[in-house]
Amino acid sequence: MADTTATPAHSAPRRVRISRGVGEAGWGRTLAATIISLIYFFPVLWIILTAFKSYGDALAVPPKFIFTPTLDNFVSVFSRAYSAGGSAVDTNFDLFFFNSIFIAGTSVFLALVIGTLAAFGFSRYPLKGNETYLFIILSTRMLPAIVVIIPIIVMFRVTGLAGTYIGIILLYTAFNLPFTVWMMKSFFDELSPDVEDAARLDGSSDIRVFFKICLPQVLAGIAATAVFGLILTWNEYLFALLLSGVETRTVPVAMAQTIGGDIGVRWGLLAAIETLFLIPVILVTFFLQNHLLRGVTFGTIKR
Amino acid sequence: MTTETASPAGEPARFLQLRLDNWALAIILAIVISAASLALLPPVVSFWIALAACALAAASAVYNAWGRHTGGLLVAPAIALLFVMNIFPLLWSLGLSFFTYRANRARPPAFVGLDNYADVLTDPVIWERLKTTAILAVLTVAVQMVVGFLLALLFAKQFPLRRYLLILVLTPMMLSYVAIGAFFRYYYEPTFGLLSQAVRLFTGEPYVLLQSTAGAIAGIVFADAWMWSPFVMLLVLAGLVSVPKYLYEAAEIDRASFWRKFTSITFPYIRGLLLLALLFRTIEAFKLFDVVFILTEGGPGTSTETISIYLYRQAIQFNKTSDSTAISYILLFTVIVLTNLYLYFVNRRAKEA
Repeated sequence: MADTTATPAHSAPRRVRISRGVGEAGWGRTLAATIISLIYFFPVLWIILTAFKSYGDALAVPPKFIFTPTLDNFVSVFSRAYSAGGSAVDTNFDLFFFNSIFIAGTSVFLALVIGTLAAFGFSRYPLKGNETYLFIILSTRMLPAIVVIIPIIVMFRVTGLAGTYIGIILLYTAFNLPFTVWMMKSFFDELSPDVEDAARLDGSSDIRVFFKICLPQVLAGIAATAVFGLILTWNEYLFALLLSGVETRTVPVAMAQTIGGDIGVRWGLLAAIETLFLIPVILVTFFLQNHLLRGVTFGTIKR
Repeated sequence: MTTETASPAGEPARFLQLRLDNWALAIILAIVISAASLALLPPVVSFWIALAACALAAASAVYNAWGRHTGGLLVAPAIALLFVMNIFPLLWSLGLSFFTYRANRARPPAFVGLDNYADVLTDPVIWERLKTTAILAVLTVAVQMVVGFLLALLFAKQFPLRRYLLILVLTPMMLSYVAIGAFFRYYYEPTFGLLSQAVRLFTGEPYVLLQSTAGAIAGIVFADAWMWSPFVMLLVLAGLVSVPKYLYEAAEIDRASFWRKFTSITFPYIRGLLLLALLFRTIEAFKLFDVVFILTEGGPGTSTETISIYLYRQAIQFNKTSDSTAISYILLFTVIVLTNLYLYFVNRRAKEA
């Protein structure tokens, strides 16, 4: 603990930044890593480049590395695309993007409220069989989606929830919940109990301890959990494919449909849709770097 | 209202005492109020009145139990939602698996006991699909482990711009399966696709990767491994970072060879995380659906049809609901065993640390 610049209370003290390595390497390593990273990133880069190509350039043989960039594809995403037959087809992607944002946002918010409370409960007031509950909760997330979806389709048809915003939001809230509980529990577990104990000794109620002491310390964790949940929901395909209606369709479903359809041959347009779909995720990955490990393992591995 | 109302843990309320924690009275009141409103008012209004009354009764019950069952109350909403959206549907499908239910028939289903399971386990098609799934899973997980490990070695040391270059490598894992499927369909496309064009430089012929079984498998494995190698890299990096520097310094003094340093110092620190990465990726690869569905749709023929896609076809396209629930229970069992194993090793690692 040579580090005397006191760690701010809101950042977990034991967090190991993945950017801290074993030993130092110089610019030689930077050069090698740049080449390898660019090769690794190339499939994404090429799609982004394709999004700025004109119809002809996107289909050019041999592929064009140097071309005049155009924004036509992005304009058509939100206005109109033309089918192979020449008649105008509304792409409707403004609606699909709205649906994706609205559904992901609402369900992540709900999962966060319910999940944070549950995580606090699991962390501070262990029940009899706490581990079993946590295991069941994680299992529901590990299951193949198709296994759960079959009875849910039947259930949604019976209750009339199929194709409605409420139905898909409920489903995604349940989909995000196990992840939220495990993530938030891992953050609550990391807090030092000293301050809490002191507050309890001074007569603070459970509610006050939760809101005034624990919650402010895990704000960064809540943000990370929310963003991860948003990405997971944003990317989800199978549930959306089977349970969203025409009006509540999300971008992944619409995107998958365009692949074989009329827009499908217009690779530039598809690339533009993908680019718009990817950019938030790439930006967010940057800010999440320190929480990535925890996020991708659903909070089971912290360091 | 006495001062006692402030502490729910105090002496219990008498039946007719008007206190916030008197949940028995609250529930009776809620029933009476909702019944009365249902009888007197139009349904639209009475629905909301009944809802408010129920909320009041629930609040009272919560207020009463607070302090004695804090933990239970905090986790109750989460458990309830998961029960409704996951556990209950699963129990329902367990029930369905004993009947001959088809979602598109009105005919009442007949009880057949374990026949569906017997059919599934003796069906050669299922075993064929399980074999396909296993081939894809083993190949993709193997490639991920190797590539992820090599990438981790590259990024293990600190160097200028490391943080920014890491983003480029970590991005694929955050992307959507649909986007990745769409990418690689474009790259594997026979006429304009980059792969076909690259091959044509050497052979002069357009190359259709997804036409042959081996090609389709290679295409899927490449796309999936590209997406998930960063995951393995991230776990291995976490292991590499945890190796104390002085061990390497000591080895340096002893002039240990690179291989010796690796097997005696590095490997013991990353062994646990490698195992976790392997298990986690195996669970995920076993469920392989989206990327195959977008990329090859199980083709050519059914040569890349994984068990998940087969299940999807049976349940959604052919409406064989009961048969498919029997298959899904076999999948469920496998995943639960693997998840249990995974958590066992997670806990063991947490105890060691």
